[in-house]
Amino acid sequence: MHRTGELYEQYRTLEQQRETASLGMWVFLSTEVLFFAGLFMTYTLNRSTYPDVFSEASKTIKLWPGALNTVVLIASSLTMALSVWASQVGKKKLLPLFLIATLILGTVFLGIKAYEYHDKYVEHHIPGWNFNFEPGADAATNAHAQLFFSLYFGMTGLHALHMIVGAGLLIWLLRESLRGRFTPEYNTPVENIGLYWHFVDIVWIFLFPLLYLIDRH
Amino acid sequence: MSEHIVSPKVYFTIFGVLMICTFLTVAAAEVDLNAYLPGLNIIVALTIAVFKASLVVLFFMHAKYSPKRTQLVIIASVFWLAIMLFMTMSDYVSRSWT
Repeated sequence: MHRTGELYEQYRTLEQQRETASLGMWVFLSTEVLFFAGLFMTYTLNRSTYPDVFSEASKTIKLWPGALNTVVLIASSLTMALSVWASQVGKKKLLPLFLIATLILGTVFLGIKAYEYHDKYVEHHIPGWNFNFEPGADAATNAHAQLFFSLYFGMTGLHALHMIVGAGLLIWLLRESLRGRFTPEYNTPVENIGLYWHFVDIVWIFLFPLLYLIDRH
Repeated sequence: MSEHIVSPKVYFTIFGVLMICTFLTVAAAEVDLNAYLPGLNIIVALTIAVFKASLVVLFFMHAKYSPKRTQLVIIASVFWLAIMLFMTMSDYVSRSWT
């Protein structure tokens, strides 16, 4: 089961083998796009239906942790891209360092996310759990604000779950890279996990403006 | 081995542009653009997001240097996404029309 980049019989060239692996990853990411798209669609519809409550609810989320997390996550994409580069040019000492940097940035992101969730917990903004949007809020406002926060936790939670899976994949990549398994001839796992990591970054690039920035002014 | 290797210089440049865009999107959100045109705030925010996502796909994910059939898969997934958003919203918006 240990692939090291030898040519499998169903391919004519190593290049074709590599392109096939990458194509397969993109097909998987297409399904991921549609998976998240369902949530984005739900968000769009409910936001159009209850624009005022969604706007008020969005404003209760602190801006700075979200903005900081955007910077952290894009930086982790940079170190991930550099990991791919290091594996392609055979920099075997640099590769684990870039992977560790990516892992640390990913963990920082999750830490800031946990801090934000704690804020919402203190403010009674977790749906269904002693939920109270603001003192004196009527039943309809509370119900619609819960809808916003359900989507907030659903979307950022699913995103965070992807980050946790990504972190697990990075730990595996790190172990294999320390064994010196990745070479300029064989680096498909680094490339494909890189694609996954960048995809998760893209989801956040859309979540950030939609959940934090709309009606901030 | 004809795979395209993107140099760190390109990655750092893209990272810089992404940082500038992040700053711009936060700055734009603080201004009441809706006063000029209703809905302008969300249009600006999403335009910047689409631009950022395109940079990530093209350079970080190497789509610019990928084979045509891989690019086709990427375009197809965006197209399917557009079908869902467009058709659902056109139904939703037009329900109140009589």
